[in-house]
Amino acid sequence: MNAVSSIGLGHFLSLGAALFALSIIGIFLNRKNLIVLLMAIELMLLAVNTNFVAFSYYLNDMNGQVFVFFILTVAAAESAIGLAILVLLFRNKSTIDVQELDALKG
Amino acid sequence: MDVTSVLFYVFSAVLLFSAFMVVTARNTVHATLYLMLAFFQASMVWMLMRAEFLAITLVLVYLGAVMVLFLFVVMMLDLDTESMRQGFWRHLPLAALVGALMAGEISIVLMDGFAAMPAPGPEAGASNTLALGMLLYTEYLYPLEIAAVLLLVAIVAAIALTLRTRKDTRHTVASEQVKVRKSDRLRVIKMDAVVPVAAAATAVQNEEGQGAK
Repeated sequence: MNAVSSIGLGHFLSLGAALFALSIIGIFLNRKNLIVLLMAIELMLLAVNTNFVAFSYYLNDMNGQVFVFFILTVAAAESAIGLAILVLLFRNKSTIDVQELDALKG
Repeated sequence: MDVTSVLFYVFSAVLLFSAFMVVTARNTVHATLYLMLAFFQASMVWMLMRAEFLAITLVLVYLGAVMVLFLFVVMMLDLDTESMRQGFWRHLPLAALVGALMAGEISIVLMDGFAAMPAPGPEAGASNTLALGMLLYTEYLYPLEIAAVLLLVAIVAAIALTLRTRKDTRHTVASEQVKVRKSDRLRVIKMDAVVPVAAAATAVQNEEGQGAK
């Protein structure tokens, strides 16, 4: 293990891009299942965080990792509130199908 | 190929496979478990980039708390996954096209522009946690406090959203009980000290009749 690794910044960024594209596919495919949509959003945030960490490592700048720290905080809060809303939704409508959420349609 | 490259390719392959399984799994519980695997592999990739503190935080916070919350909710709800997979195969070609196009284009651009970027050499005695802490508690102290308040708001919001008062249970209202006065419960009536004999006998008979019932 030395500095002369064949893995460059491009590899890590491509990994993040592939992960992001996979979660886009997930949102396309599971557009009815709300809980899988939440999971796909978590995967997207993971891809973004991987990009932040990669740039932070290769540019030797710790500010990127601090940003990841805050994104993790906000993502944890988001998933907690999202799951609470999901439970509330299931309690009222007995389904989490996105197509059933047309109460505002008039 | 050095050790880092081999590890990178192994972790990336497992990460992408598990991410694929998350979005295609038939069972939502399986999808959640694959999501846990994906987060773990991502934390290993971060470890390769010497972000130890964030990698361990990802395992502790995400695998330990958020994913368990997901599992809890998935198992608590009685989901009809079959009806929610309608249109899955119909959307697959377009979704795969869009995803492959995005990933391919980004990869071509990034591999061209950033592949030659040299990795920083290993620094002796450098502590990732120390550096992060130094930055977090000096320059980013105010955002850190805002993040703490945000977590508090999230706790309150999640509890307030899911809290419900049950209507089918019986319970006493303490404030009403404390406010009770003697005149609400006790009634003093005036009556004669001496009762006529006939009236007293019927009263006794009534009492016995009630007692026998």
